[in-house]
Amino acid sequence: MNGEPKELKLTINGKPYELKVKPQALLVDVLRKNLKLTGTKQGCLTSSCGACTIVIDGKAVKSCSILALQANGHEVTTIEGLADGDKLHPIQEAFIEHGAIECGFCTPGRVMSTKALLDENPNPTREEIREAMQSNLCADEGYVKYIEAVEIVVKKTQGGS
Amino acid sequence: MSKEERHSVIGHPMPRVDARAKVTGQAKYAADIELPGMLWGKVKRSPYAHARILNIDTSKAERLPGVKAVTTGKDFGGFRWGWIGTTRDEEPLAVTKVRYMYEGVAAVAAIDEDTAEEACELIEVEYEPLPGLFDPFEAMKEGAPLVHEDRPGNITTEYHWNFGDVEKAFAESYLVREDNFKTPRMAKGYIEPPAIVAYWPDSDHLTVWIAKGSPYFPYRILARCFNLPLNKVRVIQPFIGADFGGTKNDMVNGDFAAPILAKKTGKPVKIVYTQFEELATCLRRHPVWITIKTGVTKDGILNAIQTRLVADGGAYTRMSPLSLYLMGCCMTLPYKLPNFKTDAYCVFTNNPSSAAMRGHGIYHTRFAADVQMDMIAEELGIDPVEIRLRNAIENPEPGEIYHTVNKLTIGSCGVKECIEKVAQAINWPETKKAKKVDGYLAHGVGVAAGTYLSGARLTGHAAAAAVVRICEDGTVNLLTGASDVGQGSDTVMSAIAAEVLGLELKDVDIKRVDTDYTPVDPGSFGSRVTVYAGEATKRAAEDAKRQLLEFAAKEFGIKPEAMDIKDKKAFVKADHSKSIPWLRLVRLACYTTPGNVIIGRGVSTRGVGQVPNWETGEEDVGANYSFTAEANEVEVDLETGVVKCTDNSVIAHDCGFPLNPPAVETQVQGGAYHQGVAAALYEEFKMDNGLTTNPNLVDYKRPRAYEAPMTKVIHVITNDPFGPFGAKEASEGSCCTAPPAVINAIHDATGIWIKELPAQPEKVFWALKEKRGKPPS
Repeated sequence: MNGEPKELKLTINGKPYELKVKPQALLVDVLRKNLKLTGTKQGCLTSSCGACTIVIDGKAVKSCSILALQANGHEVTTIEGLADGDKLHPIQEAFIEHGAIECGFCTPGRVMSTKALLDENPNPTREEIREAMQSNLCADEGYVKYIEAVEIVVKKTQGGS
Repeated sequence: MSKEERHSVIGHPMPRVDARAKVTGQAKYAADIELPGMLWGKVKRSPYAHARILNIDTSKAERLPGVKAVTTGKDFGGFRWGWIGTTRDEEPLAVTKVRYMYEGVAAVAAIDEDTAEEACELIEVEYEPLPGLFDPFEAMKEGAPLVHEDRPGNITTEYHWNFGDVEKAFAESYLVREDNFKTPRMAKGYIEPPAIVAYWPDSDHLTVWIAKGSPYFPYRILARCFNLPLNKVRVIQPFIGADFGGTKNDMVNGDFAAPILAKKTGKPVKIVYTQFEELATCLRRHPVWITIKTGVTKDGILNAIQTRLVADGGAYTRMSPLSLYLMGCCMTLPYKLPNFKTDAYCVFTNNPSSAAMRGHGIYHTRFAADVQMDMIAEELGIDPVEIRLRNAIENPEPGEIYHTVNKLTIGSCGVKECIEKVAQAINWPETKKAKKVDGYLAHGVGVAAGTYLSGARLTGHAAAAAVVRICEDGTVNLLTGASDVGQGSDTVMSAIAAEVLGLELKDVDIKRVDTDYTPVDPGSFGSRVTVYAGEATKRAAEDAKRQLLEFAAKEFGIKPEAMDIKDKKAFVKADHSKSIPWLRLVRLACYTTPGNVIIGRGVSTRGVGQVPNWETGEEDVGANYSFTAEANEVEVDLETGVVKCTDNSVIAHDCGFPLNPPAVETQVQGGAYHQGVAAALYEEFKMDNGLTTNPNLVDYKRPRAYEAPMTKVIHVITNDPFGPFGAKEASEGSCCTAPPAVINAIHDATGIWIKELPAQPEKVFWALKEKRGKPPS
């Protein structure tokens, strides 16, 4: 099953990458092991916990559920690419301010799911937030502050600019 | 003046000090650590739940290109370990016998994970399968095979306690009920699987990064295992992806395999468990069979409770003695109980081992007792809120103490206020009276109350310490041995130091545990961190403050006691206009000839000294006790048996005084949901002769955002005399009230009693069918 490494070209956080990867390598492994982007967490490898969620071409994708080569030619955003230098993304700010973080292991995946949701639907209802977030398991904080934090982002971005 | 006004930092909402690192992905967890030349390790596991190991042939694995080392249990020279000295019954890797399915028997280090896994396949192990024990009642039978040859009867631990006179009390009772309940095997639920990176900087120093909430467990265990003095074992704590007890307190096979493979190869070795390994082999909550007999007066006042508990402890002892202790000792809270008797047994089987889990011990018996309380209330025609208020322990007046029949010391108890507040918030009388059935949906509401101890007092070491270093630029370094596993203790410890020193939260930087530098500490379990490490931090900051005030007082020619520090100023208490700014004071202290180094030291000994009497079940098991009440509304689909908690969900928690209110809220909501509602409705490992048949997060149902009730949290403030700034534990108590509240709500909606958790749809469906009088088809 160990095929010859193949060329992979993709954009990650706005930066072009060219590298050789094994055909069976999962995207999460390439991000974490080859590119050292360990902000993306690996929880289950069965597409069920959502800790490895990243954004590909605007959609939230669990990076353990696709092969790295399937991302060839695509635009990937990981948690490392969300803040603008020292300036955090409004989603990150809301998570901090509202206390929607406990152990933090699922946080990068949740932030990326939220980004994909709000980019597509800037004004979601609570039910739409819950539905979009169902792929991200939390272990310790019970989703309440998390759902509220997303609502705070919506309120700020809708009311603000 | 309220406490919030008196305090500048604590009691006010604070963003967590580690939130930025976590929300940007910069926080490094054990699996994120990488060192130059690092190898990957993998554990070879047994396909039998109970078998003798006849031979292990590693030669093929060793010849596989890319493999750097292979180890088996024999390399550990007969070392065995356990939670305490008398329970050392487990080997790093099984040598002569495996006792549960997928127990580790060997391990490999290779250039990458795939190669390590392939090499494990090439290790040939010859087994002699033995008859297995998978049911504790079978294991207790005379003549049953033995899981451990030196443990006759397969009894892991047992307790027999007797307070008052239950027989007399039953005879005098108006109503006596006996019911059977059962709690399931549950996963701990953290998303981050166990992980370790180990290396030897030289031949007699071991360094590990390890995903443990109690890093001083591996510190001691690895020192013994590798025959190293403690000052040569360095455990560095990365960020921890949640804990909840058990696996992240103590050890797994990989935690021994990585250091020995690192020693053999001279390279760093990393082992990251898969979620399959976590769910199929790691520690889970004890399944417990509970018989509870309760006698009450005509008015529903508790006369006596008698329980018989049988818990499946699995293959090894682990923390079971403490688990069973906790199941019994807190039955005398949160209601007044004059007579109590219990017989509790934990039994060895060939299932994966059971251990501590959030809500440790108390969760099982509180579920049984608080559901039975609703059964009693119904029989007597008393409202469920009313019967709880009648029995609830009163809040002692300041300076007074309430003692339970088993000598627990209660300095504060807000359970009555908790019950009243949740009843009010959920609009109890109206919600209870509301129409139950609408088409195929039935609605119901349930209430429960509970308790949890702050800081399990164990035999042996339970002290905590802190070091406050004042840097010459006025900032503060804080070292504790406490572990923030997500509960927010790093923030609270920093806040306590800032409060005492009159600083802002941002002026304090807390360091994570590094056993080379931080003070020794038992770890994060038993809701002990805030009360013990919090007190140590307070004392350390006070010590530093005292040293600083000596310099300040010299400036004014007065005694240090005549001065205080607040809002970054040291001032004369009698005349606030006489003051020195903080930074100037620090510089005075650091630079005045001959120059000083300000280091504050603080120790909490609250967990030391009086420990519970394991024989009689008397004396305090905690420094103090939190109280909780919870009310939940459920919606039951009468056609499918699916139960859902609605957003009409309230929890009131008496944590004494919330040091960081939003963190208490997330802790309480999380506990109430993940290990509470989830325990009531969803989670259970399914077993088949020792094999866990749902070891993944799809078949093992964990609750998700769309099922989560938006639980409201009410803070009940009682200012406990035994906690720092009046604080008690916040979170574990909340796991214990949700299961009975939800089960009581299902009964309110449908009239059925679910006595075996969880109330999964199939169980509810059949119970509804039986209630309608139709025999199951």
